[in-house]
Amino acid sequence: MTVSNTGVTAPPGQAPAARSAATSRPGTRAGTAGKSLRERDRSGYLFVAPFAIATGLFLVWPTISGLWMSFTNQSLTGTGSEFIGFANYAEAFSDPQVWQTLWHTVWFTILSTVPLVVVALVMALLVHTGLPGQWVWRMSFFAPYLLTSAVVSGLSAWLFQPDIGLLDTWLAALGLGPVGWITDENVAMFSIALVTVWWTVGFNFLLYLAALQGIPAQQYEAATIDGAGGWRRLFSITLPQLKTITGVIVVLQLLASLKVFDQIYLLTKGGPNGSTRPILEYVYDIGFTNYRLGYASAISYVFFALILVFTLVRLMPTRKEA
Amino acid sequence: MSVAELVAVRRARALQTRAENRALTKLTIGPSRWVRAATLTALVVLAALWLLPVVWGAITSFKHEAEAALPASWWPSMGWTLDAYQQVLSNSDLLIWMWNSLVVAVLVTILTVLISAMAAFAFSQTLFKGRGLLQWLTIAAIMMPGQILIVPLFRQMQALGLVDTFAGIVLPQIVAPVMVFILKRFFDAIPQELLDAARIDGAGSWRLFWTIVLPLSRSILVAVAIFVFIGAWNNFLWPFIVTTDPQFMTLPVGLSTVKNAYGVQYAQNMASAMIAALPLLLVFMLFQRRIVQGVATTGMGGQ
Repeated sequence: MTVSNTGVTAPPGQAPAARSAATSRPGTRAGTAGKSLRERDRSGYLFVAPFAIATGLFLVWPTISGLWMSFTNQSLTGTGSEFIGFANYAEAFSDPQVWQTLWHTVWFTILSTVPLVVVALVMALLVHTGLPGQWVWRMSFFAPYLLTSAVVSGLSAWLFQPDIGLLDTWLAALGLGPVGWITDENVAMFSIALVTVWWTVGFNFLLYLAALQGIPAQQYEAATIDGAGGWRRLFSITLPQLKTITGVIVVLQLLASLKVFDQIYLLTKGGPNGSTRPILEYVYDIGFTNYRLGYASAISYVFFALILVFTLVRLMPTRKEA
Repeated sequence: MSVAELVAVRRARALQTRAENRALTKLTIGPSRWVRAATLTALVVLAALWLLPVVWGAITSFKHEAEAALPASWWPSMGWTLDAYQQVLSNSDLLIWMWNSLVVAVLVTILTVLISAMAAFAFSQTLFKGRGLLQWLTIAAIMMPGQILIVPLFRQMQALGLVDTFAGIVLPQIVAPVMVFILKRFFDAIPQELLDAARIDGAGSWRLFWTIVLPLSRSILVAVAIFVFIGAWNNFLWPFIVTTDPQFMTLPVGLSTVKNAYGVQYAQNMASAMIAALPLLLVFMLFQRRIVQGVATTGMGGQ
């Protein structure tokens, strides 16, 4: 199959060139063959159909039905489905549990995001220096990301075990008392953030590593010729070049952390004394343990509003930069 | 230029970049022996910290249950044993859950990649009425956190009779608007002349899609597939909501029930954790290069 830029002549009986030019979109070299454009018109629907149908069924429809549900007193057992207006929302705003679990979610997000960005950056910078054993470092830092949440919480429950767990054994060897890693209300959230950093930092590390590998070598060569030392190169070339990817990582991480559920549910079930329960777990508890689907939906939408505001404020500028 | 030639050129360019990068890494760090030693030390310490919990879990899994309940030790004083593995494999549905996870993850991966690639092709290479609106909707869908839909989605699955079925676990997971956009960006970069020439030779859209677009996008498709697979294999919340029958549970969900059932059986807990961890760790070792490249080529590298 050969390609030529010139020899494309329009077969007879096809749409006039003006039409193809009018319908062509910017950024592509369309408008070369009118017939192909007409063909594209018809097949586009077929190609987009499976995705559009799946999205409609499993994303758009539940979004709408959930919104409707949030205005009813629907229960999981099927009883009651009357329209009750904003009653669920009024209840949500005056429910201290909503604010508390929302705060836990935000607190976890703050605690986890900073180390998840900083540690990932440090790891990537260390690995990128080109020391031997690349394979080993990448493997070590990324491997925990491959573990499923149940394995991660199993492992960490064992690490955090009072007295016989690894951490307390070490502390005892240093003459320090046992810590209530996941049993002390004041410590539990830090422990969960610690586990989360260990578990998921590998993904951000790979993002940073890929960005580092994308920095043009010539810049370093030029700087070296100009006499810039290692630190100078780090602060004048490497870090400024990582600004965009850092913005992306921060946003992705914030969005991911806001949706925390798995490791908290599996490790502490939201305890001790509800001190680590995130809002998604509250939604789950209300909906599937208390059977109040309508109220659970309303809480979901309050939470969604929070994420949406955050996304619109933070994501839009990054999109423009990129 | 033929398709084969084009692919060859792309490969060559990738190889060249890699060689350049290798030279670059020498420059990012000073030649000072001190700096190199400090960096290496930091790497060794960090890597050890990161591997330690897994190694310790592995050792615990080979201990006798009685010793696992004693204060942590690195070397089993009562000797090594496979008891925990035997117990777990014969007394729990671990192998069934693994099989379920594999089926679910494979189905999710195939369906997600296929429908996302098709949609990306439609957005990138075809024109149709409402394309702009659909693209806009897809972007909006990226911002929708699926987790908040568990309640209405569960209701929907009940109505459709899909609770405790593979379809119920799989279908809601195949909607991945982010992947559509990653793929679209890649398809946009395919030389338009190539596609136009094929069209003039009489190729329909299906032929274009299967014989030109997909083969040229192999690297990105593999990268997307790997990430979708990892995501589906590890997904907890949705399978947890939609399955109640142990026979349909996926590995993460099933494991979370074992933990409750056995309470303090640490050796067994660790044994099932090790068995559960093994498949993905093997996949990673086999595809390590691809995964790292994948991050770069999916455009998530942020250039």
